[in-house]
Amino acid sequence: MAAAPPVTAAAAPRPRSAAPPAAVPLWQRVRDSGWAFLLPFLLVYGAFLLWPLLYGLWLSLTDTSLVGGGGDLVGLANYAEALTDPMVWHTLGNTVYFTLISTVPLVLLALVMALLVHSGLPGQWLWRLSFFAPFLLPVATVALVWQWLFQGDFGFVNQMLAGLGSEGVGWLSDPAVAMWSIAITTVWWTVGFNFLLYLAALQSVPDHLYEAAAIDGAGAWSRLWSITLPQLRGTTGIVVVLQLLASMKVFDQIYIMTNGGPDDATTPVLLHVYDVGFTGYRIGYGAAISFLFLAIVVAVSLAQLWFTARRRAQR
Amino acid sequence: MSTTLEAAVPAGLARRERVRQRREENRKRRALSLGPGPVPRVLGMAALTLMAAVWLLPFAWALVTSFKTEPDAIALPLSWIPAGGFTLEQYASLFATGNIQRWMVNSLVVAVGVTALTVVVSALAAYAFSRTIFRGRRVLFWCTVAAIMVPPQLMIVPLFQQMVGWNLADTYWAVILPQVVAPVMVFILKRFFDRIPRELEEAARMDGAGNWRVLWSVVLPLSRPILAAVAIFVFISAWNNFLWPFIVISDPDLMTLPVGIPNVLSAYGTVYAQNMAASMVAAAPMVLVFMLFQRQIVSSVATTGLGGQ
Repeated sequence: MAAAPPVTAAAAPRPRSAAPPAAVPLWQRVRDSGWAFLLPFLLVYGAFLLWPLLYGLWLSLTDTSLVGGGGDLVGLANYAEALTDPMVWHTLGNTVYFTLISTVPLVLLALVMALLVHSGLPGQWLWRLSFFAPFLLPVATVALVWQWLFQGDFGFVNQMLAGLGSEGVGWLSDPAVAMWSIAITTVWWTVGFNFLLYLAALQSVPDHLYEAAAIDGAGAWSRLWSITLPQLRGTTGIVVVLQLLASMKVFDQIYIMTNGGPDDATTPVLLHVYDVGFTGYRIGYGAAISFLFLAIVVAVSLAQLWFTARRRAQR
Repeated sequence: MSTTLEAAVPAGLARRERVRQRREENRKRRALSLGPGPVPRVLGMAALTLMAAVWLLPFAWALVTSFKTEPDAIALPLSWIPAGGFTLEQYASLFATGNIQRWMVNSLVVAVGVTALTVVVSALAAYAFSRTIFRGRRVLFWCTVAAIMVPPQLMIVPLFQQMVGWNLADTYWAVILPQVVAPVMVFILKRFFDRIPRELEEAARMDGAGNWRVLWSVVLPLSRPILAAVAIFVFISAWNNFLWPFIVISDPDLMTLPVGIPNVLSAYGTVYAQNMAASMVAAAPMVLVFMLFQRQIVSSVATTGLGGQ
């Protein structure tokens, strides 16, 4: 990005070819230009990203219905309705709630796991396998396994609680608890990803920093606080923002495990968009809600860019 | 360094050598991170064991349940060893319907298709951004980077309408094509291509090589690790993708595994052992892939996850 490449083939002289550059046929110049390489990407980008985005923007200004009909321009009426729709605010609140209660353990636990595994204790292969393997599971498996574990009467978790003399919890049926159960499931499923990001970052901390500190007589604990954690600050910034973005987009596991229930206690905003569009057939209105949501996502993404830029500047 | 070593000595010896080196490294790490005393080591091992047990337990319980009969699955008190003995009947009845095999093939077609197309399309675009000059290059690159922000979930409604309009709904293409747009991967590959020294391609240029030759015989051979990382990452996401295939496919014959499994289960009602057998079948291919490519998968997540930093 910084410096323009000095040589391009289209402009470069070709010493061994008989013809001078000017005589290269147009077709060959086109075939060898950057546009030719970019063309396939531009096609899919235009057709499956830009076009749906613009189309969605247009839909959000209409009263289009999924079953045909409607399609008249209604201006900003959909946006006005969304901003006063209590369900939109409720589901946005659910999304934010989930994002908060999932991001904190997903970052902290990942850090603890990575620190422990990186400390060189035996069994590395087993630890990495246990913590990371769930990330590779399809959401259907994750959701069904945890539904079974959280099952009220015969579920493993409640039976363990009963064994300890405690009363069972309505993990997926109690509105006050259900979102926490979804968060637990999500932490189990995806913490391995952040764990690996931290592990990679730890491996790039140079050993000589620790060796110097050891010579200075710093103990293990103070080495952790004065070397390891400061060295991981940039990674933590990125992991936090990536996790915020991922958590905000929560949909799949909730759709399968609770479908937003009980009493919409776990409906995230994307599930509401889905319900409005595909169950309620109001795709114009659904598109308007999703663009309001995009504004929030872009704000968080810009925070990520800012983090990355600041981190580069620090180097 | 390690390649010459492998060539010189039999494979078994080389492996033993690698294991020895890793042990040595771990010993050094332990001394640096935990200090000399036994207490931190014991505590560390205890914490790791506890966490690993908690992480493996759900999977173990699901696996055991899948080998029980339905009455045994809900027999109280819960037991790891069912009273009626272990059985394969859940798996047998699952495969007897025939859908699972079909969905596995669909998942494979979709994941391989997405991976192949994404790697080719993204590598070509990355080469254009990294090695060629043309009008609009900067603007297009920034458009690509900006697209990283757009969550794909946002476009499900318009994209679905579009697929219906183009008569593509309920086809493999409808599942595959939208997933091929991977601006992050273009960005990661471009960053890698930027670091390949120009001197290497200049020799080829002297011989009259054009951009295609340079890409094919200079840039790509040097980019194998990053290409593998991108391919693995794309494959995993495509295999596990749920929302988009779920929305665009309604024909049970075209469903992918993650979409089909919850679908068949809602048809059965609540049958826990059967559910767990289906979950294990859905998980098996990825667990197998992980066992085979653990090292590559771990490094691909580390490189692509951080945007190739």
